[in-house]
Amino acid sequence: MSATISQRPVPPAAREITTKPRTSDRIFRGVVTGFGMASLAILTLIGLFLALRGFQTFKHEGLHFLTGVKWESVTSDSGKVTTDFGVGAMLIGTVLIACVALVVGVPLSVLSALYLSFYVPERLKKLLVSVVDLMAAFPSILYGLWGFFILMPMVEYWAKLLYKYLRWIPIFDAPQPFFERSPFVAGIVLAIMIIPIVTSVSREIFAQTPLDRVQAAYALGATRWAMIKTVVLPFGSSGIVGGAMLGLGRAFGETVAVFSVLNIVFKVNFHILYGTGGNIASMIILKWGEATGDETKALLAAGFILFVLTLLVNMLANFIVRRTLKSGK
Amino acid sequence: MPINEYSDGEDMSIDAAPATNSLAGVASAHANARQPGNAPLGSGLEARGIHAWFGKHLALENVSLDFASGTVTALIGPSGCGKSTFIRTLNRMHEFIPSAAMAGEVLLDGQDIYSKGMDVTKIRLQIGMVFQKPNPFPSMTIGENVLSGLKLAQLKVENKDELMQECLERAGLWAEVKDRLGAHAGGLSGGQQQRLCIARALAVKPKVLLMDEPCSALDPGSTLRIEDTIGQLAQTMTIIIVTHNMQQAARVSDYTAFFLSDGGPGNMIEVGPTNEIFSRPRDQRTENYVSGRFG
Amino acid sequence: MANTVISPVQPQKPWKATKLELLPTVLILLGTVVATYVFVAVTPMKGKLAYAFIFFVFGTSAISIRNWVKLGRAAAKDALASSIAFTGAAIVFLPVISILWTTIYKGIPGLHWTLFTQSMFTASYSDPVSKGGLLHALVGTLYLIFISIIVSVPMGILTALYLTEIKGRGSKFIQFVVQAMSGVPSVVAGLFIFAALIVSTPIKASAIAGAFALSILMIPTVTRTAQEVLLLVPNDLREAGQALGATQWRTVATIVVPAARNGLITATILGVARIAGETAPLLFTIGGSDNLNWNPFKDYQGALPFYVWKGLLLGTPESIQRAWTGILVLLTLVLILFVLARTLGGRRMKK
Repeated sequence: MSATISQRPVPPAAREITTKPRTSDRIFRGVVTGFGMASLAILTLIGLFLALRGFQTFKHEGLHFLTGVKWESVTSDSGKVTTDFGVGAMLIGTVLIACVALVVGVPLSVLSALYLSFYVPERLKKLLVSVVDLMAAFPSILYGLWGFFILMPMVEYWAKLLYKYLRWIPIFDAPQPFFERSPFVAGIVLAIMIIPIVTSVSREIFAQTPLDRVQAAYALGATRWAMIKTVVLPFGSSGIVGGAMLGLGRAFGETVAVFSVLNIVFKVNFHILYGTGGNIASMIILKWGEATGDETKALLAAGFILFVLTLLVNMLANFIVRRTLKSGK
Repeated sequence: MPINEYSDGEDMSIDAAPATNSLAGVASAHANARQPGNAPLGSGLEARGIHAWFGKHLALENVSLDFASGTVTALIGPSGCGKSTFIRTLNRMHEFIPSAAMAGEVLLDGQDIYSKGMDVTKIRLQIGMVFQKPNPFPSMTIGENVLSGLKLAQLKVENKDELMQECLERAGLWAEVKDRLGAHAGGLSGGQQQRLCIARALAVKPKVLLMDEPCSALDPGSTLRIEDTIGQLAQTMTIIIVTHNMQQAARVSDYTAFFLSDGGPGNMIEVGPTNEIFSRPRDQRTENYVSGRFG
Repeated sequence: MANTVISPVQPQKPWKATKLELLPTVLILLGTVVATYVFVAVTPMKGKLAYAFIFFVFGTSAISIRNWVKLGRAAAKDALASSIAFTGAAIVFLPVISILWTTIYKGIPGLHWTLFTQSMFTASYSDPVSKGGLLHALVGTLYLIFISIIVSVPMGILTALYLTEIKGRGSKFIQFVVQAMSGVPSVVAGLFIFAALIVSTPIKASAIAGAFALSILMIPTVTRTAQEVLLLVPNDLREAGQALGATQWRTVATIVVPAARNGLITATILGVARIAGETAPLLFTIGGSDNLNWNPFKDYQGALPFYVWKGLLLGTPESIQRAWTGILVLLTLVLILFVLARTLGGRRMKK
């Protein structure tokens, strides 16, 4: 008796379920899968072609392409062309402007996401959410035009105030009091452009806050702000970081709007108020018109750098946002 | 007998139990109230003529019910009968649903909690709530969770450690967690988490504790421990518990109110001392429900 | 108690502040306006910025202090937080109003009939605005939109079908790729089409090259919106179809896609709105002609954003007027698309 009990019954092997799909389904699945892979193919091709066309530049300039701050192509008397292409200054400028955009744009986005999620009167909510979405649909050249004619004079005035009172902070200093078309102006324009995306990501994440925790806080006598501070912000903080990084990716790649309000100079400049700056995307269209031969290749190589940079930032951002959204479910 | 005191003029069609929806029924309940054997603990909570709407939909119609201090009242009834809606009107959690509306009064120590000028956060400090699903704050440690109410309401306390221990002891959790107060609350079992939530609710010293099906997500062992805790707490405060489980109502409560919806808004059919509701209910529908014929 | 009879009970929202209760807040704000004016007048500060800043500081503190006195510290913090959130949102909405207003205000003076009947073939950007028009740019933009739809919508929807219907091993990865693709800078899309097509294939700068570049930006938008609406189609419908013996292909084609039709149209419109105003990719791919070109496969093409771009770069008063008017036309187009997508999308949600 005991011997039979100690011997556990052997479970039967699971039957294999085989369904042979019909031909029409096989074609359907094949076609759909093929198109599903197309995005991957396009993304790979973008990287491949830009790298391929820019290869000569990378080979010629080496690491200097990333660190160099000059962009010159000199033809000597003997007809020999010497080139010196480096995107260092533009790379620094890109990051600098994007940082200004984040510092200005992210707090405003989080505040308006909080307002739209927890404070706005129910009647206004739909309208205001639509307005934020509309902001995302404005063409970037519109931001450029408006930024140049309307915003720049205002921001110049703010820059003067900052320069006057906060000059002792190094980044608010300037070699000369020349504040037009500065990284600061470009950063503010970019801030306005990334606000819709950061706001809607934050709002989406706030909406995922587990309701039972929200109720628990309120039931303990929390005010709205106390609830937000204890429940919503700890839950949503990493999502906000992800949203901010999506904005960063957008800010890195923005071209036309930045071009309109930035004085592009191949020089490393950390004084954000001073009218000298750089941005890889805008630099490419600035130089494109007159570029030939080697310079075109160098611009494609710069495009490759920009592509890789935004791709990395975006993938990280999406990873963070998705992880946060999942944790709320 | 003025049965239509709070009715909205429409026929309520409760002919079987004329006393149930009136104050008289509750008054008789008062007469039989458990005598805690000590001084009265304030005047308890009174709900008068509570109606609750979601949008245009009337979910709860004309419920009047008194809760004497030091007693446990169970609200029973099938799903959708409005008992959860009712309990949420008692500490103003009802108003979080955007379309929600209500009518009637809820008196705490004789003062209407819905009257103008009342600070809703202070009301919720006095009327605590424990929810169906344990919901400790995951970003906080066990100790921080217990004291989170103080932090949320910006209350100052002399001796935090003492308070923490007292609340955890009253919730019957102290022995299990005293060595890991700094651990995160997510590591506790479901039953422990729910007792932590009770301790958290106790820390702000409420006069009334509302429990909305507090055991429905727990295993039988944890359920028994929580019922134990409820018995202990009842000596010092008013407890109102919504439950699906009739045995639980019979085990823990002094009074039981039966709610029912016949497709329309939920009504309170009958209220009385628990043993009477279960042994000789006056209303046929109550009898059908407690004897397991439906629901 | 027994004597009080309450007449038919009406739903109330006692938690909503009445008009009378809002009065003190209004009075405080009015007082703040006066205080701000006086304060700015007596101190050396000046300008709109000073008024806005002082108003914010005064208003926020006044409301917070009132709450502190009346309800305590927690309520004061709550009031402070809500006024800061409100101010943040207000700052966000100000530029939108300014942008819309400026575009209308500056764009209208350049509107005239020949705008829609003439190209810039005989006129230069610096000529008086009554000469020449943007017909060529309008035609170009419509071609770009049309070809982009033909390329992106099938690709986007089929990719979305792959993600929702096949759910293969790779779908999580493809989802990731689609999201990554939506972050590709528009200038990179233009550069890629230049490097991959214009340099090395017979396709030269033309509407079709531009549309290819725009499609790279449009596909992820269409895919993500289409995926959202396909996920809204209840699974029962799919199972019902297959339980009736239909193949997966028939089920998708006759049940799932028709059920999501409105949503798929919305996806298309949102995709178009995304690309209609794109400028950077066109700079590398369409040539930016000033003449009317009816052939989308050959020769340089114009486009509305390009027209605006040229006007802005040239910088003469007339060319800038052209830019504003061009952007007004472009913005109107985008707004129409946006409202269309909203109403269609709204109807879908209600179902």
